[in-house]
Amino acid sequence: MAEPLCWPRGGAELLFDGVKKHQVTLPGQEEPWDIRSLLVWIKKNLLKERPELFIQGDSVRPGILVLVNDADWELLGELDYQLQDQDSVLFISTLHGG
Amino acid sequence: MLCCRKLTPPGLLEWCSPSEQDVQGPQRLPLTPGDFCLWSHARLPLSDTEPAEARTGDQKCVKCKEGLPVVVIRAGDAFCRDCFKALYVHKFRAMLGKSRLIFPGEKVLLAWSGGPSSSSMVWQVLEGLSRDSAKRLRFVPGVVYIDEGAACGQSPEDRARTLAEVKLALQTTGFPWHAVALEEVFSLPPSALRCSAQEAAGTEGAYKAAVDSFLQQQHALGTNGVERQSQHCAQDPQSPTGPPTTAQTQALSRLFDSVKTLTAKEELLQTLRTHLILHVARNHGYSKVMTGDSCTRLAIKLMTSLALGRGAFLAWDTGFSDERHGDVVVVRPMREHTLKEVAFYNRLFAVPSICTPALDTKAPEKASIHRLMEAFILRLQAQFPSTVSTVYRTSEKLVKAPRAGCAAGPRCLLCMCTLDVDTADSATAFGAQTSHLPQMQTPVTQARAAAGPCCCAGMGGAPGCCKREDPRAQVMEQLCYGCRVNMKDLPSLELLPPYILSEAQLRSQRATAEQEIREYLLGDSEDEAGTGES
Repeated sequence: MAEPLCWPRGGAELLFDGVKKHQVTLPGQEEPWDIRSLLVWIKKNLLKERPELFIQGDSVRPGILVLVNDADWELLGELDYQLQDQDSVLFISTLHGG
Repeated sequence: MLCCRKLTPPGLLEWCSPSEQDVQGPQRLPLTPGDFCLWSHARLPLSDTEPAEARTGDQKCVKCKEGLPVVVIRAGDAFCRDCFKALYVHKFRAMLGKSRLIFPGEKVLLAWSGGPSSSSMVWQVLEGLSRDSAKRLRFVPGVVYIDEGAACGQSPEDRARTLAEVKLALQTTGFPWHAVALEEVFSLPPSALRCSAQEAAGTEGAYKAAVDSFLQQQHALGTNGVERQSQHCAQDPQSPTGPPTTAQTQALSRLFDSVKTLTAKEELLQTLRTHLILHVARNHGYSKVMTGDSCTRLAIKLMTSLALGRGAFLAWDTGFSDERHGDVVVVRPMREHTLKEVAFYNRLFAVPSICTPALDTKAPEKASIHRLMEAFILRLQAQFPSTVSTVYRTSEKLVKAPRAGCAAGPRCLLCMCTLDVDTADSATAFGAQTSHLPQMQTPVTQARAAAGPCCCAGMGGAPGCCKREDPRAQVMEQLCYGCRVNMKDLPSLELLPPYILSEAQLRSQRATAEQEIREYLLGDSEDEAGTGES
């Protein structure tokens, strides 16, 4: 299906084995992919350690910003935003450093 | 009947002053359409149509009403890219401008940690200095970077790699820069802990006069002045002491490994870092230090300081300016920027930053008070977007008033705030705490204890005799409550850098000497002929 890019930044890449940019192809499924299901997928496939530092419940941990195509996800419906082809999803951790 | 839709988290009501509470009342305050809710948390115009939380794709920027919004800040204000940049830059400049603390031509040291907030601050200064002459920032900056890899357990290869990246970044700023390793605290002089005489704060008139004369100078110099200034800025890098020795690195690692809790480690790291930055500032003639503490970080710091027993010093720890060190003033220009704004700005306008692992990287939520407070505030912020700004606004109201009936009293050895404990309190819990410590002394410290006179007479009857001979007690009684609580987690004080221990000993000896000669000092009402009677 779609090929979103996932970028953890600001220190979050430490949870992904230091890899900053992930180009992923999500497997096809009947329901359209939204951020909620993307997070579940990331937890299962990309997160290498300490999932509780990235995901809390069904959303990201407070303090982690999510940008879709360089726009705040709050403008797009947060978890309910439906992913399009070639979307770029960026996770910025504000918890690290200062 | 309209109601304010924003809920206030329970417990935050107590933050507001009583008079505010009366004016604003409970959250379900009935208002008329078009009014702004008086609660500081909800600055939205109220309407009885759709709720404020609905987001649609055809939203427009709330400021220019035309651009496509990219970021939501505060509680629901969506800004487009250009308006966001304008707001961000304006906040920074207004913060500096309205304080009138930084005089034209003054040397200001920017404390850069590589993280997003301080990188953003350095970037703002860079941009601010390059504007056209009317609006240009007028001070002379330098940048300092503290390499804390030894305290955080980084390997030498990682440290070298980070340092190379850092040096490259510093060179591109064009400012004079200083990259200092934390190990240099072992070569600091005891004078680093002394508060130098405070310069008289400039009056309003003095500031205006300074600005006018500076502008006249610039005008007279014409374009030559501009070139000279940029030449002055691109100095060669300075690293007079070279890389730290292995012995120093090991000493630092030993010190941090011996601290029992992560909370105390973080506080110790902050203390040492502050001392080092001040030392660099004093050595190179900087009269101001700018740190990149953001609104979010300061809100977390305020709550953490309360939990650590530093409530008496909140105004200095979280205010815009911190003058406790006397000659060098610490300034926090990023105080009104939340971490979200900083992160968005850095992303949208490509501000470079370097991510280095810190003490609490990957630590679980309850590992330290700092982490716990951070999780608490951020989680609350996620549901109640006004949390951080409410805490921030409360911190603005804190006043730096001296304790009643107490002039310039003694200062804490480590944090240099005026002591908030009475030394005559030895009969209370503090006396009991510090007096049982002589039994924990190692043979080394006992051998090194200064052989002074027994000082029970002046100490108000504390159980442990000869307290002043014990180096640990010597240090502890010169600390404020917060620093004492932290030092309890450090079992052996000899691992501290020598400048702290020698300054503690010096002050203690001075206090003992003062105690001894007090009876021989003449009071105001005594006859001067009485000097012969001793």
